[in-house]
Amino acid sequence: MTAAIEVRAVEKRFGNVSIIRDLNLSIAQGERHAIIGPNGAGKSTTFNLISGHIKPTSGEVRLNGDVISGLRPFEINRRGLSRSFQVTNVFARMTVWENVRCAVLWATGHRYAFWKNVDHLPEVREQTARILEDIHLTHRRDVPAGLLTYAEQRELEIGVTIAGGATVVMLDEPTAGMSHAETERAVSLIRRLTEGRTLVIVEHDMSVVFGLADRISVLVYGHIIASGTPEEIRRDPKVKEAYLGEEAH
Amino acid sequence: MTTATTSVSGPAANAAGENMRFYGVWLVGVIVLVVLPLVFSSGGSLTSFSLIGIAIVFALSYNILLGQTGLLSFGHAVHYGLGGFMACHMMNAVVSHGWPIPLPFIPLFGGLGGLAFAILVSWLMTKRAGTVFAMISLGIGELVASSSLILRSVFGGEAGITTDRTALPRMFGWTFGPQIQVYYLIAFWLVVSAIAMYALTRTPLGRISNAVRDNPERVQFIGYDPHVVRYLAYCFAGFFAGIAGGLAAISFEIANSAYLGAIQSGLVLFATFIGGTAYFFGPILGAILVTYLQLGLTSVTSVWQLYFGIIFIGIVMFSPGGIAGLLMMHRPLLRAGTLWTVIPSYLVAIVPTVALGCGVVLMIETIARYSGGEASAINLFGIAFNPRSPATWIAAAVLVAGGFVIARLTWRRIGEAWDRAATIARDRGYLA
Ligand SMILES: Nc1ncnc2c1ncn2[C@@H]1O[C@H](COP(=O)(O)OP(=O)(O)OP(=O)(O)O)[C@@H](O)[C@H]1O
Ligand SMILES: [Mg+2]
Repeated sequence: MTAAIEVRAVEKRFGNVSIIRDLNLSIAQGERHAIIGPNGAGKSTTFNLISGHIKPTSGEVRLNGDVISGLRPFEINRRGLSRSFQVTNVFARMTVWENVRCAVLWATGHRYAFWKNVDHLPEVREQTARILEDIHLTHRRDVPAGLLTYAEQRELEIGVTIAGGATVVMLDEPTAGMSHAETERAVSLIRRLTEGRTLVIVEHDMSVVFGLADRISVLVYGHIIASGTPEEIRRDPKVKEAYLGEEAH
Repeated sequence: MTTATTSVSGPAANAAGENMRFYGVWLVGVIVLVVLPLVFSSGGSLTSFSLIGIAIVFALSYNILLGQTGLLSFGHAVHYGLGGFMACHMMNAVVSHGWPIPLPFIPLFGGLGGLAFAILVSWLMTKRAGTVFAMISLGIGELVASSSLILRSVFGGEAGITTDRTALPRMFGWTFGPQIQVYYLIAFWLVVSAIAMYALTRTPLGRISNAVRDNPERVQFIGYDPHVVRYLAYCFAGFFAGIAGGLAAISFEIANSAYLGAIQSGLVLFATFIGGTAYFFGPILGAILVTYLQLGLTSVTSVWQLYFGIIFIGIVMFSPGGIAGLLMMHRPLLRAGTLWTVIPSYLVAIVPTVALGCGVVLMIETIARYSGGEASAINLFGIAFNPRSPATWIAAAVLVAGGFVIARLTWRRIGEAWDRAATIARDRGYLA
């Protein structure tokens, strides 16, 4: 079976600094894949490269076998890849309901329609309501996104990301800054919502990573030094030295 | 018209009641438009109402850009003006070819003129938002305004293109000679355009425009190309601006380069911003106020632009949401039942604030007339002030200084009353 995501020899340079060097990554269909690595390793940059936010200097990215590097973010999104942002990135003046609904519209085929009443689209309404239920924000549906609490904004960020029904979901530190209880809730949410989809997640909390991921890749200085099952990663001496060592102190 | 463009419109418990209120507001609007000329039937007021109607369509079209899509255009009058020229040429063509097109259809051609130019230029314009877009719109505005003086055959040079609206085929036996008939034609197009523009805010494109306004980057990650969204929004704005221009051409029976110049572009920005861009009805209020002020002030003072400037700065600084924002601020308090606790502080503030305002007006007029060598008396609330008399200067100084000191105290009281009322409203869950 073709991999969901295939990154081949990708390099990204800002000026003459190589932030990503010879990045190779293969993520199978339906896999839950975690990317870990120290601060500034290039995890978010990797997300940006895959989702089309920035273009690789060289190398290629494939989604379900098709080359997507060079495509623009909305073209990649229409092919079924959706990503969240490390810093909440939603529509601040619009309500929670409208945020999620906007994320549903393209996928339900309404595109740029200006001849349909957006309130009279049953499938859009149902899907939006279901997502709100899933992210536990139904009671906050009429609140502008900019006025939500931090944890609620993070949940909305996940909601907006999965609302379009993408088959490949990429979450960049979805639980960053959350309390222990909030993290637990968010993780069970992620587990449930990405059932049957491919998940790529960047996460600093090792208990989350090892509890959730089928496979883990370790990124250090823009290069993947190890990729494997949680067991393999735990035993890998290179990882111990470069990353887990300092993390586990 | 009271529904915010940012409001939710999913299934609500009191949906039926809300629907009734919604259609009620529109119905009241239509009734007011029908009845207005029967109550105020002088030729002067009919002309004023006609101008206000045109200004409302124009301002609403501008808000598709500014309020809905977050595009600050300095050249929106280009579409208004081209709509006007298109309408004039169309009217003349109808007359000379004997086409069976009655006058009420002419604004549609104005709209198509505005749309055609939008389709042509805005693909490049809307590539980027923000400052880039603003600067390009300014450039296009200047370009078209100066071309209009060069291309004499199309724009008629300084004199413009004139036309005769009564020469077109009649409809319902109306000649459209009398102003009242023109008024009803404008009122009809105002209602149609306002409904269409409101409906646009409730379509997928309308909502995605809001998303592009809030966060064009993220829109790309939910499948949309913000460039296409901005382009489509711009085309709609150009179309409705063209309708407004067509109405103006019918009303004045002329189109000239002033229609598409920077002053006209500035006025629509001014009206829309003062009215408030966050609510659909904001630009309506702004257009009414600005047209009314324009008509009223120009006849009583030579420095009316100065007052516009002061009002604009005041709104930007103290109420960036415009008049609509100021009004809608009270909605949560009204719902929470705490509005009555702030009303007394408003009433107390009225007297010193009005005194301050009078002082400022007196001061401006005194200086303007004194330095302009004009000796005509300043008429304020029926009291005549001589701009050359020291008594007037002293009165102005006392009103400004005294009014400011006392008004500030009362404004502080308003702030305190607000905080108390808002806290209660928040506790009752009406305010986030
Ligand atoms: N647009 C850019 N221009 C220049 N340098 C950049 C740019 N974007 C990222 N970088 C640099 O690339 C490096 C990797 O950044 P990135 O955000 O991908 O790290 P990360 O692994 O996500 O870190 P964190 O755990 O802190 O989120 C950093 O040193 C950052 O300063
Ligand atoms: Mg990061």
